[in-house]
Amino acid sequence: MDNLRELYQQVILDHNKNPRNFRFMEDFTVKADGHNPLCGDKLQLFIKIDGDYISDISFMGSGCAISKASASIMTEELKGKSIADAEKLFKNFRNMITSGEITSDDIGKLEVLTGVHKYPSRVKCALLAWHTLKNILDQNDTTTTTE
Amino acid sequence: MGMNNMFDLYNIRSNFPIFNQPDLPPLVFLDNASTTQKPTQVLEAVNQFYCRYNANVHRGIYKIAEQATEAYESVRDKVAEFIGTADRRNIVFTKSTTESINLVAYSWARKFLKTGDEILVTEMEHHSNLVPWQLAAQHTGATLKYIPLNKSGSLDMSSPERYFTKNTKLVAISHQSNVLGTINSVKEIIGYARDVGAKTLIDGAQFVPHSKLDVQNLDCDFYVFSGHKMMGPTGVGILYGKADMLETMDPFLGGGDMILSVTMEKAIWNDIPYKFEAGTPNIAQVIGLGAAIDFMKNMNIDSIDSQVRMLTSTAVSRLREIKGLTVLGHENGIDSTSVISFFHKDIHPHDIAHLLDTFGISVRAGHHCAQPVMDKYDLSASVRVSFYVYNTIDEIEQLISGLQKTMEYFR
Repeated sequence: MDNLRELYQQVILDHNKNPRNFRFMEDFTVKADGHNPLCGDKLQLFIKIDGDYISDISFMGSGCAISKASASIMTEELKGKSIADAEKLFKNFRNMITSGEITSDDIGKLEVLTGVHKYPSRVKCALLAWHTLKNILDQNDTTTTTE
Repeated sequence: MGMNNMFDLYNIRSNFPIFNQPDLPPLVFLDNASTTQKPTQVLEAVNQFYCRYNANVHRGIYKIAEQATEAYESVRDKVAEFIGTADRRNIVFTKSTTESINLVAYSWARKFLKTGDEILVTEMEHHSNLVPWQLAAQHTGATLKYIPLNKSGSLDMSSPERYFTKNTKLVAISHQSNVLGTINSVKEIIGYARDVGAKTLIDGAQFVPHSKLDVQNLDCDFYVFSGHKMMGPTGVGILYGKADMLETMDPFLGGGDMILSVTMEKAIWNDIPYKFEAGTPNIAQVIGLGAAIDFMKNMNIDSIDSQVRMLTSTAVSRLREIKGLTVLGHENGIDSTSVISFFHKDIHPHDIAHLLDTFGISVRAGHHCAQPVMDKYDLSASVRVSFYVYNTIDEIEQLISGLQKTMEYFR
């Protein structure tokens, strides 16, 4: 049971049961679909952007505890952040989830997902929401640069 | 046969090194639909080949090359006899069931199908018996149709005339579902196919490991299965094809061993089955498969069948007792065995599989390479347990208690 706690921390179980910002958004600026072909899980991410800031963020979909908790905590951490900071957090989170090491101070509550790196088959679960976010940010970048 | 010959399971397990590692916790392996464990007899056959007579087949005139050829070819006879054909030319060794299907898709379907023709599959196919036909249809202009799946877990055969038409040229179906465990009435389906003049390919990857197969009685044109799901090494697939079918087909891969003569311009194909075995085959693995077949015959295939059925029906009833858990298929009156898929109303299959693994129980979670089946049940994934002859009732009880602990944990 001990090595179980390492992956499924209480915070993760809580976010799995009561995911935050788990709702449809009508007035989103951008949205994107995420799909994990390994397990068939699907996720939809909505972001409302005001200027350079993420003023609202939410998600819908089905997934395992790891993917749901990762998405839930992500929305908590990103709300109110600038797009540049979101980009930075994406890189730092991806680094943490693949190496297990925290090398930046913006990780915050996401630290509970550190244990995932020991389970390569679950890394994709934790990254699903983040890759979807990255798609949105890239889309947004494209829109911004072409304007 | 019957109870008399019902093997002492602990004695069976003693043949499998993976179940006897004192330095590791006991392995409860319930992913046998994916691959099976290997007995010492199989490992030893592979080892003996490499240690004592390793040489290429069909080439050398020296002693160990002849010995290797003899050992490799004797497995062809063994497989032929095992599946009920007297003609060894019917048996082609490939690297997997998937390759066997692709061989037929390329060498037969692409050569003979044309626009307007129909390929008939089912909604319960593994991707390996679906994607090659999608590709063949795209290439030839043929249309892909399918027999739908009922939620009870069986094929909807209520109006066969809708699926079997004068345009149907090939019927490709699995003998047993790798998700639901359902055994299809392939004999009946082959009959419908024959009535409209269609050829038939049966995917027996899940069926052959625990059931008696008689291809002559089935009268299918092609039958495919894998060695590694019946205790043989990985890397060996089998294609059974009727001789007249194999004769009309072009080679799948070109290279050494599949030709009679070659000039710079052209080649004359070797006889069947060698026409389809280009390059050095998986010699050691084929020899290992021979040992696996011997092992199965010693146990008696009927006893394997009844043991796996006993384990499956026990597990189905035990799983159905768990609140919040739903077993797919396995309804009364449907012939099903060895594979059980289920889901929990609140806990994701990946989380269940992960927790079971921490209790030493290996199960599968995901779509099992059969997404259309998952779609049928509006699921993105399920948990799958699958049994083989070395599994025990005690392991089922460990699974049940592991599931109870998992539910407790996620409550």
